Amino acid sequence: MTVITRPKAKPADAIKDASMAKQKEMMNAHYDRLAAAPETGEKVAATFVPGNLNELLMCFDLVNNLPEVNAIQNGLRRQSGSYVMEAEKLGHSEDVCTYVKSDIGMMAKGNIGPNGKRLPNPDVLLLSYTGCFTFMKWFELLRREYGCETIMFQTPYMADGKVTPDMISYMVKQLKQDVIPKLEKVSGVKFDIDRLREYLKKSAKAEDDLVAVLQAAKTKPSPIDAYFGGIYYIGPIFGAFRGTDSAIDYYRFLREEVELRIKEGKGPVTPEGDMGKERYRLVVEGPPNYTNFRQFWKMFYDEGAVVVASSYTKVGGTYDFGFRHNPDKPLESLAEYCLNVYTNRNLPMRVDMLENYVNEYEADGLLINSIKSCNSFSAGQLLIMREVEKRTGKPAAFIETDLVDPRYFSAANVKNRLESYFQMIEQKRGGLRGAA
Amino acid sequence: MLDKPKTTTADIVKRCEDLFTDLTFTAAREWKAAKPGRIVVGFMPYYAPRELVHAAGGLPLGIFGGGDQLEVIHGDAYYQSYICRIPRSTIELGVSGRLDFVDGMMFPSICDVIRNLSGMWKLMFPNKGARYIDLPHNFEDDLGGEFYRSELKETCHWLEGMTGRPITDDALRASIAVFNENRRLIRELYELRSAEPWNAPSSEVYLLLRAGMVIPVEDHNKMLRDYVDTARQQTRPIKDNSRVVISGMFCEQPPLNLIKSIELAGCYIVDDDFILVTRWENSDVKLDGDPLKNLASAYLHDSKSTPPKYEPDEAKKGLYLVDSVRQNRAEGVIFAMTSFCDPGLLERPMLQTVLKKHDIPYIAFKYAENSGQMQPIREQAGTFADSIKLWSGA
Repeated sequence: MTVITRPKAKPADAIKDASMAKQKEMMNAHYDRLAAAPETGEKVAATFVPGNLNELLMCFDLVNNLPEVNAIQNGLRRQSGSYVMEAEKLGHSEDVCTYVKSDIGMMAKGNIGPNGKRLPNPDVLLLSYTGCFTFMKWFELLRREYGCETIMFQTPYMADGKVTPDMISYMVKQLKQDVIPKLEKVSGVKFDIDRLREYLKKSAKAEDDLVAVLQAAKTKPSPIDAYFGGIYYIGPIFGAFRGTDSAIDYYRFLREEVELRIKEGKGPVTPEGDMGKERYRLVVEGPPNYTNFRQFWKMFYDEGAVVVASSYTKVGGTYDFGFRHNPDKPLESLAEYCLNVYTNRNLPMRVDMLENYVNEYEADGLLINSIKSCNSFSAGQLLIMREVEKRTGKPAAFIETDLVDPRYFSAANVKNRLESYFQMIEQKRGGLRGAA
Repeated sequence: MLDKPKTTTADIVKRCEDLFTDLTFTAAREWKAAKPGRIVVGFMPYYAPRELVHAAGGLPLGIFGGGDQLEVIHGDAYYQSYICRIPRSTIELGVSGRLDFVDGMMFPSICDVIRNLSGMWKLMFPNKGARYIDLPHNFEDDLGGEFYRSELKETCHWLEGMTGRPITDDALRASIAVFNENRRLIRELYELRSAEPWNAPSSEVYLLLRAGMVIPVEDHNKMLRDYVDTARQQTRPIKDNSRVVISGMFCEQPPLNLIKSIELAGCYIVDDDFILVTRWENSDVKLDGDPLKNLASAYLHDSKSTPPKYEPDEAKKGLYLVDSVRQNRAEGVIFAMTSFCDPGLLERPMLQTVLKKHDIPYIAFKYAENSGQMQPIREQAGTFADSIKLWSGA
C-alpha cells in the first residue's frame, strides 16, 4: 500500500559526504562571486548548461551565470513555485518550460539569487543553442530585459547520428568570426588561444575523474547513486568550474572518496546516511524533480533502489564514450563537445546509449522520469521505453513530474508507480529463476 | 453550340475540400502510380525545400497532421498528455498505413517535438527515409548560408539515393522557377484577400493552400490562377467585419471550422501564418548561378519571420506582425496558438509587448487540431471584433 507521510517538522539536515560538502562550498562561493560582480568589476556572461563554453568565457575573464542552475537552486529551496506563478501572471503560458518561467519570475521579483543576494545583470548572453529549442526563446526574452549583447552560437543537431566535418566547420567559423570577436568587444580582453588550451587541458583531467566516478557504478554494490548523487557530481563540471584547478581538485577528491567506498563495500550516501542493501539497480532517463528532490530520492533508497546510470548526467556533456576536451584542437574540441551533449543526440542514439547502460551496468531495468517542461527530453520517451525494453528484455517504467514546478509533483502517484515497478522487477526475477 | 460551363470558385473550393479531407492521399498515390520511378517525399510544417524533391522528379507531400477527422488511437500511445497533437496524428497516419506509399519524410527544425519525431521515424519506419532539415539561425552568408547550403546538398544526396538519379543544377533551376510562380500566385491571392476579403474568404484561401500540399505544383499553379481570376470577377456581399491578422497557426493546423468560426464571428482575416511554406520566400528566388546557394540566400535574407526562427536584431523583434497589420490595414491581431507549442507560446509575450507599444489590440486563445467546441472561440472573436468597432480609433 502506498503511504505518503507528510513531515510535520522541518526535516533533519541531510547527511552529506565530504565531496558533497565540498561541492556545496564551491557552488556557494561561485554565487557569492557572481553577486559581488558589480563591486569587483567582473563582467558576467549568462549561458546554458548544455553547450556551456566555460573555458572560452574564462579566456575573457567573464563569470559564468547559468539560468537553469539558478532555477534548480530555487527549486531545491522551494522558491521556484512562486516564481513560475509570477511569470504566468505576466502572461507566460502554463504550457511552457518552467525553467524559463522560474527565471523570468525571479527577475521580476528582483533577481535575488539562491544565496539571498541580488544577481547582477549579465553583460552578455551567450545563446549556446544546443539540443533545446526553448533556449533560443529564453534568451530572446531575457535580451529584451537586459538590453545586452546576445550571441547566437548554433550547434547542428546530430540527426543522422554522426558528427560531420561540415558541422565542425560551421561551428568553428561561428566561433572565429562571430562569438570570439563579440566576446572580445564585451570584455575588452583580447583572445589568447594558448590560454584556452591551458583551460582545456585542465578540463580533460577533471573529465577523466568524472568518468571514473560515474563508471564506478558498474561495481556491485554501486558506491554512488548516478542520478540523485550524480546531480551533485556534475554540478562543478557542468557549471562554472570546468577548466579550473578547483574542478581538478574536486574530481580527484571525489574519485578517491568513491574508490574508498568501493574498497569498503559501501553503497551510496543518501540524505539519511549510507544506503542499506542494494536491491534494485536502475538506469534513469530524464531530469529529476527538484521541488521535492529529497522526498523523491527517498522513494528510491527506502526500497534499496540505486540508480547506476542516468542520461541526465550527460546533458552538460557526454564523456563516457571517450570524448575529452582537446587542447591540440581547441575550437574543434569545443564544437565537438556541444554536438555530443545528450539532448543533441538523435533518438536512435539515445536508445543505443540507454540500452548500453542497462547492459553494461547490469541494471534491472529502465525508469523514465518524464518532465512536463522539457520537450527536448520528453518527446519520444514512450518509444524509447519500448525500444529499450524490447532490446534488453528488462522491464521499464514511466513516471511523470516536473523540474521546478511543484504543482506537477504528485508524491502518491510517483510512489505508487515506483512500488509497482519494483514488484515488476521482482516478478521478472522470479520468472527467470523459475525458468532456470 | 452551348458555351463550356465556366469553372466557379465553388468548384475549385470543392476540389480543394475533397483533397483536404482525403487522409489516404489518393491524388498523390495516383500521381506516383502513373509513372514508374516516381517518388513521394513527405514534409512537415513550417518550411521545407520542396524544390529539391521536385528537381529529383518527386512529389513533395505536405503532412500536416490528421486534423479533426482522424481518430488517433496508436499515436496517443507515443506521447504524454502535455505534448501537442500534430506528432500524434502524424504517427497515426504512419502506423495506420496511410503513408505507406511515401518514400521519405523531411522534418524541418521547427521545435524539439518535431526534431525528436525525426528520430522516432527512423526507429519506427526503418525502411523509409527520414531526413531532419536543420535550419540556420546565423544569417551571414559565409556562416549560416554555407551551413544551410551543405544541408541542402546533403538532402539532394539523400533524394538521389532514393531515385538513383543525380539532381542537376538545371533541374534545380527549373524547379525553383516553377515554385517562384507558385509563390507569385499565392502572393496575388493574399493581395486579393487583403483588398477584398469578402471575395476570397480565409476558409477558402486556407483550403487552396492545403491543396498545394498534396498535388503537383504545376497543377496547383493552374488552380490558383483559376481561383484568383474567378474570384476577382465575382461580387459577394460585403459585411461590416473587423479586419484581423491571425498569428500562431504556423505548425499544427487549425480545424477548418476554427477559421470559419472566426470569420462568422465578424472578422475578416487579412493576413495569417497558414502553411508558410507556400510563401516562405518574400520574392523570387534567383535563377542564375548556384541554385543551392540561391535557396540558402533566400532563406537567410528574404524569408518570413516566425516564432521558430531566431531574430538576431532585438530592434526588429516582432515588427513583422506590426508591418503585417499596417500593410493589410488590419485593426487587430488574434493570437491562435497551439496548446503546448513551445515556440509559439514563448514568442507570444514578446509579440504582445510589441503590439502594445504600437497600440494594436489583440486577443489570444489556444487550440488543437482536433478542437471541436467552437462556441467559446466564436464568442471571444466576436467580442474582439465588436470591441474594435466600438473602441478603436475613438
